[in-house]
Amino acid sequence: MTKTYAQINEKIKKGKAVVVTAEEIIDLVKKKGAKKVSQEVDVVTTATFGPMCSSGALLNFGHSDPPIKIQKLWLNDVPAYAGLAAVDAYIGATELSETQGINYGGAHVIEDLISGKKVKLYATSLGTDCYPAKEIETSITLKSINQAVLFNPRNAYQNYAVAVNSSKKTLHTYMGILLPEFGNATFSSAGELSPLINDPEYRTIGIGTRIFLGGGVGYVAWEGTQHNPSQKRDKKTKIPVAPAGTLSLIGNLKDMNRDFLRAGIFEKYGVSLFVGIGIPIPILDEEMVVRTSISNKSVYTTILDYSVRKRKRPSLGKVSYAQLRSGYINIKGKKVPTASISSLYKARQIANILKRWIKDGKFFLQEPIERLSLRTKLRSLE
Amino acid sequence: MVQKRVVLTFPQDLIEQPIIYKLVKDHDLVLNILRAQVTPEEGKMVLELEGSSDNIKEGLKYLHEKKVKIEPLAKDIKLNDKECISCGACIAVCSTGALSLDTKTAKLNFDRDKCILCGCCIPACPLRLIEIEI
Repeated sequence: MTKTYAQINEKIKKGKAVVVTAEEIIDLVKKKGAKKVSQEVDVVTTATFGPMCSSGALLNFGHSDPPIKIQKLWLNDVPAYAGLAAVDAYIGATELSETQGINYGGAHVIEDLISGKKVKLYATSLGTDCYPAKEIETSITLKSINQAVLFNPRNAYQNYAVAVNSSKKTLHTYMGILLPEFGNATFSSAGELSPLINDPEYRTIGIGTRIFLGGGVGYVAWEGTQHNPSQKRDKKTKIPVAPAGTLSLIGNLKDMNRDFLRAGIFEKYGVSLFVGIGIPIPILDEEMVVRTSISNKSVYTTILDYSVRKRKRPSLGKVSYAQLRSGYINIKGKKVPTASISSLYKARQIANILKRWIKDGKFFLQEPIERLSLRTKLRSLE
Repeated sequence: MVQKRVVLTFPQDLIEQPIIYKLVKDHDLVLNILRAQVTPEEGKMVLELEGSSDNIKEGLKYLHEKKVKIEPLAKDIKLNDKECISCGACIAVCSTGALSLDTKTAKLNFDRDKCILCGCCIPACPLRLIEIEI
């Protein structure tokens, strides 16, 4: 039996849709089998909550009087890009404060805005006949500005590599603090609950897909930057065994909250934004049940040595998320303790909130307008 | 059997003496050195003693007679769990297993009894929610 998006949305409208999370479906399929579950379940919710450096906000402040064509801009002393028209700007999550350095950055500006805090705006301009003002210093809030859109070029990585350190020195990375001589191993994926792990060939997640983003509603805008579908995949599950597909996401920042959007500092690396993402997967047929019912035991990722200061880091083998979640993995005969740097706890919260939204008839599924590429290859900077 | 954690400060002239050896041997105590640091001026040690309360009392008396400064371990790690997102980045640097994710709920767990106050978790927390209290 197959279902269409329209049929599923009709059930959502009537409050009759059967929705489970990508964790719950695993046992359900074990008990009842994929065929029966494909008839019973309409939507599977997936989620992730992790640091995603390629994030930022597109802001339109509204015009000042006299008007200004902003050319250089700082928000709480964090530089933002203003090379678009007069009062449009983009604040990137990893941009650092010019006064506080690594202790405050673009992600903190975004968190302060959604917390309702006042943010200091300072901007300069050469001044033109149509935009005479040359300088402005004022404060803004999320409410006061004309528009605020979270627009993240690369989020929700389809799988991510495990980071380890074979050297004799401690390393400070975006994967956290890596202890010397394989002292630890860090990973960053919700595994069996992660969106693109549950739709490995992008059948239902594509441009236009409606999603949960930062506590509000958002959409998949495009393929993410560095989208790399050509990554090696497991023959049976079709899940990539290393970082592969990515999503560019967009949503109204004014509807988001700091429970699901949070600034983070990685020691001696910089600032990043923890982004909460939830993506519904329609159970169109039995294949989608098979895809969404994969468990951590059958999802593998690659271990990379971050002490190698090269673009291509050597692989030290593969491990499953079940092994990573057990607390230890084995590398070259050594028992190495593992730690996650993305929050499974928060991801579960998101999957359950999205489940409730759909069950309550508040959130409908959007069929992708275009599918994501399954073929493009990654290019490098030479 | 009781357990007690203390911070010991050894004056410079004691650094080369087998104080800890005598403490174990003469007072039948199980010792666990949680932290130790020797500087040109003094030696510092965070020590966990385990034994009968009488033996611990006698052991500490011996240290006192030797002019070792004894302070209770008053430091504490403070974790703001209300703000914690349970990412797990702190677990990566916790060598004693005091920080862990609950296997069922995936929520961050802090087991104070296992904590040796090394402070490694403080810079590892991306949200800067861990502090050491003196």
